[in-house]
Amino acid sequence: MGADLNVLEMNNISKTFPGVHALKNVNLAVKKGTVHALMGENGAGKSTLMKILIGMYTQYEGEIIFKGERLAHSNIKSAIDAGISMIHQELSYVPNMTVSENLFLGNEPRNRWGVVDRKKLREDTQSYLNLIGVKLDPGTLMKDLSVSERQMVEIAKAISYKSDVIIMDEPTSAISDREVERLFKIIEGLKKRGVAIIYISHKMDEIFRIADEFTVLRDGTFVGTQPIEGANIDQMIAMMVGRQLTDLFPRRTPEYGPAILTVRNLTKRGVFENISFEVRKGEIVGIAGLMGSGRTEVVNCIYGLDRSDSGEIRIRDTAATIRTPKDGMRQGIGLVSEDRKTLGLVLQLSVKENIMLPNFQLCTRYQVVSDAKEKMIADGIIKDLSIKTPTRDQKAGNLSGGNQQKIVIGKVLLGNPDLLILDEPTRGIDIGAKSEIYKLISQLAEQGKAIIVVSSELPEIMGLSDRIIVLHEGKVTGELTREEASEEKIMAHAFGK
Amino acid sequence: MGQTIKATFTGDLLRKYGLLLALVLLCAVFASMSPVFMTERNLLNVLNQVSINAILAIGVTFVILIGGIDLGLGSYVALTGCLAALFASSGDALFIPILLGILGGLLIGFVNGITITKGKLAPFIVTLGMMTIARGGALVVSDGRPISNLSPSFNAIGGTFLGIQIPVLIVLVIFLISLFVLNKTVFGRYVYAVGGNEEAARASGINVHRIKLYVYILCGGLAGVAGIIQTARIETGQPNIGVGYELDAIAAVVIGGTSLSGGSGRITGTIIGALIIGVINNGLDLLNVPSYYQQIIKGLIIVGALLIDRKS
Repeated sequence: MGADLNVLEMNNISKTFPGVHALKNVNLAVKKGTVHALMGENGAGKSTLMKILIGMYTQYEGEIIFKGERLAHSNIKSAIDAGISMIHQELSYVPNMTVSENLFLGNEPRNRWGVVDRKKLREDTQSYLNLIGVKLDPGTLMKDLSVSERQMVEIAKAISYKSDVIIMDEPTSAISDREVERLFKIIEGLKKRGVAIIYISHKMDEIFRIADEFTVLRDGTFVGTQPIEGANIDQMIAMMVGRQLTDLFPRRTPEYGPAILTVRNLTKRGVFENISFEVRKGEIVGIAGLMGSGRTEVVNCIYGLDRSDSGEIRIRDTAATIRTPKDGMRQGIGLVSEDRKTLGLVLQLSVKENIMLPNFQLCTRYQVVSDAKEKMIADGIIKDLSIKTPTRDQKAGNLSGGNQQKIVIGKVLLGNPDLLILDEPTRGIDIGAKSEIYKLISQLAEQGKAIIVVSSELPEIMGLSDRIIVLHEGKVTGELTREEASEEKIMAHAFGK
Repeated sequence: MGQTIKATFTGDLLRKYGLLLALVLLCAVFASMSPVFMTERNLLNVLNQVSINAILAIGVTFVILIGGIDLGLGSYVALTGCLAALFASSGDALFIPILLGILGGLLIGFVNGITITKGKLAPFIVTLGMMTIARGGALVVSDGRPISNLSPSFNAIGGTFLGIQIPVLIVLVIFLISLFVLNKTVFGRYVYAVGGNEEAARASGINVHRIKLYVYILCGGLAGVAGIIQTARIETGQPNIGVGYELDAIAAVVIGGTSLSGGSGRITGTIIGALIIGVINNGLDLLNVPSYYQQIIKGLIIVGALLIDRKS
């Protein structure tokens, strides 16, 4: 086993929540100075295992050997002190404090009067930022940074703790390709310094690029650990889902009808300008572009979440005034937003209530809701989209990302829109749910819906779209048919070439 | 997912009936210490005393459910009460003072709601301002003096009907209507959605501003009802009454398990919360606890109850 090489070993870890085994005899061994990918579908137990490692859960069976010693930390602080830190998918920071104040929060250098030594604070921050090669002013407010920059600050923070193991949970889910490259360089640097990274991601290409080994969990059990060398995607997926997935993107022969949506010279000053395109009945149009290219802003304006300054939106060749989401819905537009937690769902409400939220007209009379009808409709969606939930009354926040996304899609579909806009429809969800959502999108196009898919994942956009529109800094820089499209061409347009 | 079902099931039971259990225990303690407590007369008295707080608490439950707050309730009671009194002094006036009291409350709520939604100001600030404005208004309409000599038919609102105090019957009706509105109507569902996640509610096509406006109007209107009852009960429009009422109402809501951050809570909890506060007040009175100590004990019980609730 080469135990002396392993900076971390988690042996026979089991964890039960009332009624259910969340983890059963799971093992994880991570070597010093390597990137170890932790893989599995949502609900496989990855986060539970990591929460045990960072001291969020203290009740479990099994043992953790860290740097050759048995680790029995009791809380997050002691885990950090021992040398284990985690960069969460949803970053936590104080938005109105500066980079350096966030970096040293709770750990501020003091001068001899016990007052925060601002000069040292700034210098130390600068040196940590330099260490990972990030150019940032330590005095910038956290809220003024991009998602990726905030992430860099979190990484600098982990380094400032002198961590030997850094857990990164979906670190690339909200950053652009260019920023991903920067992150990977930083990870390489960390490896050279002997830091081990536990890397959680659903993106296969990333894992093949940067991981040295991978461990797969399925349904709370340990499936296996292997070196990346010699592994292939199909085998990895089979380990994760326990079956072979064929044809991630279903093939279809599109039949187009008349234009459902026509956008002419749509402009929102400083965000996007002169956007023109159309989407026909039965067609899937992909919108590609880097983060910040205006993709999301354009579709939000079409739906009414945001307002444009000028330009025209025509629905079925009739000019439409869309100022609010309600207007958008009335025009037959449905939006599955990129941000399911803030825009898609009310997490503390039940699955049923979330599905019904925009659709009460289906089960009310004189503003009074019919319980029986409501239950029937919600159950229908749960069944049709195979949403995995113990009951319709389960809180949406308790479901996995894939099932949450299905709720959002379900509630939008219930309104029977002619134009369906899906913004990052598979962000942060596992491969099994992904393939189901791809199938659903194709079926909907075949049933004659007009569909817009916005995505930063190129394979997804190429696999689904009949036509791809590429944005760069708020302008359309390219339009490609399915046949013309290639990753290189899309990226070239996306960089404005 | 699955792992949480069992846990929340027992948790739910405890949450649902734990509060009721606390109320029963509290009653048992007071009953064992005072022979008067469990008499029919005293219990009806408790209900009567609780009624104003219960009405205010129901209104502010809606406000807290949408993630807002209303700090001005006590002043609204004074202003609407004085307004009603002003028109209740002649002959057998009944409907005009009732109408004006309620309209006054609705108007206060409307102004609050508009300022919060269209003016984009924090509810805390807006209702804090309205608290002073309404108090000033009460002093203006009453010229700073109690308004007495009200019509007998108006004062009868504070009396009994078939042996039960009318305020208690009013609370019962308001409670049942609120229960229905919150659980069975689209408006009720929207209230929870807006409080749970305003952005998601808007993206789902809900007119969030309108829902908020309605809720503040509703809360103001209920304060008007409380003002009328208050005035009828003491047979006087009293401009200085109601100081601190809002805090008792908010305490009832919070004891009742409604989250101050919005989106979750129940009207039934609020009613039990109001009863718990009422029982504590009444019990301590019966035991002749000096009123200075009563305040300390009440505060401790409220915080203690919430601590226990948090633990379970």
